[in-house]
Amino acid sequence: MPNTLPLSALQHYMYCPRQCALIHVEKVWVENRFTAEGRLLHLRADSGVPGRRGGIAEDRAVPLRSDRLGLYGIADVVEMRPNSTGQDVPYPVEYKRGQPKVDACDRVQVCAQAMCLEEMLGVRIEQGAIFYGKPRRREIVLLDTDLRELVERICADIHVMVEERRVPDAEYGPACRGCSLKSECMPKTTKRVAQYIKKYLES
Amino acid sequence: MKKLLNTLYVSSQGSYLSKDGECVVVRSEDGQKKRFPIHVLDGVVCFGNVLCSPFLLGHCADKGVAVSFLTEWGRFLASVRGPQSGNVLLRRAQYRMADDCESSAEIARACIIGKIVNSRAVLRRCVRDHGDRIDREALSATVGVLDDCTRRLQTPLLLDEARGMEGQAANAYFSVFSQMILQNRDVFTFTGRNRRPPVDIVNCLLSFVYTLLAHDIRSALEAVGLDPQVGFLHRDRPGRPGLALDMMEEFRAVLADRLVLSLLNRGEVRERGFVRKESGAVFMDDETRKVVLTGWQKRKQSEVTHPFLKEKMAFGLVFHVQAKLLARCIRHDLDGYPPFFWK
Repeated sequence: MPNTLPLSALQHYMYCPRQCALIHVEKVWVENRFTAEGRLLHLRADSGVPGRRGGIAEDRAVPLRSDRLGLYGIADVVEMRPNSTGQDVPYPVEYKRGQPKVDACDRVQVCAQAMCLEEMLGVRIEQGAIFYGKPRRREIVLLDTDLRELVERICADIHVMVEERRVPDAEYGPACRGCSLKSECMPKTTKRVAQYIKKYLES
Repeated sequence: MKKLLNTLYVSSQGSYLSKDGECVVVRSEDGQKKRFPIHVLDGVVCFGNVLCSPFLLGHCADKGVAVSFLTEWGRFLASVRGPQSGNVLLRRAQYRMADDCESSAEIARACIIGKIVNSRAVLRRCVRDHGDRIDREALSATVGVLDDCTRRLQTPLLLDEARGMEGQAANAYFSVFSQMILQNRDVFTFTGRNRRPPVDIVNCLLSFVYTLLAHDIRSALEAVGLDPQVGFLHRDRPGRPGLALDMMEEFRAVLADRLVLSLLNRGEVRERGFVRKESGAVFMDDETRKVVLTGWQKRKQSEVTHPFLKEKMAFGLVFHVQAKLLARCIRHDLDGYPPFFWK
């Protein structure tokens, strides 16, 4: 892969391909309340030190990389949990401040982290988890074939998009409301400048 | 949406600006100090003999606050910026488009349309509001000429044809400009544009306000990552901010000219606020400059509805929106440049 992208690009892409392109092609970034909170949350989490919890070793802010997927990033927490044969295997846990989501974007992130760990350590990882802050609960993520294929497909799509330096057209929708890049994206402007000019010329 | 922040204009000669924590400290020659938090500023404009500490300049660059130096009379000298912001892909696209005659002519045409439609709106407004105090016929005839120009601009033109149209419209507009001066017409005479130096009060005011406009437009273009020097209508000439001049066109009449007219018509500036040199050149005094700067800042705070986005915003933010729309047009996110139309 010619270009490595941050793991977060996967989530940006799933939220909105145009948002992903604005960030990773156009290098646009605008902070809003949510991104600021997330940044502060990670600032604190990333300062963590390795430790043990309930007999399980855990490492925080673990740097990750996959040359095959062309990704790099940081996992919030990687635990070492014994698998069925008793061997300790890394177990990525992603921390999220809000509610569990219906779409796959959080699971895709954990799966991509696991796939990085697999490539780096030459192991097979079957499970990971997401800890949601609102219900204070862990959701187990099964790293099955479907999820892995989804990760592969999204990665490939993003890399093509970034290589081609393509920014998809805006489609105004519910996602736009919470998007910190709305003012940069201007999702309501359509490609009808000629009509706009004509209208004012004739008024 | 970006917030409209203040511009700090420093015109007291001998002032020294320095950084203290997150504040800009302005020390005047008599030792008085004033402090301004940097997060309420988006620009600092220094007139004449005003000094800035390097640490303040660095901090402003870091925070995206544009610092410009002008002569005491408002001629642009230099500006200080941090590392080039924005996207190199955008600038390359801008250069490619500027090299392409057809695309350049299209954007130039949009800028000229914006200029003429807005000049026409200013004239129409004057006919509507002051029909009894002006030469109605002359103004209406000029509106007709501008109408004619806009009609001819509806079809694609070569760059030189579009430029010709702009010249024709500008001549017509300035030929009746003095009609819109309603007070002291014998003192505030205007027979056409002249500059470097201006030889009458009206031109002195116009030139100064155009400089303020140029500074703001240039900052807006740089903030979105465009190169303010590479224009479409105004072709490259070293040291000239071609693109800033392009984008100024649509704002000249509605922002700059209307401000000058209202300063004159409301008696906010007076004849004694100007100094005439031996050469005939006319300059404004410090007090008048302050009045103009305050008026300019107020204009930027007034609210308008952006005709393309259909959003309400401070007039000063329209510069940033137009810069963004131009960037989108250059990256082919929009099928043209939508000029700002004033109503």
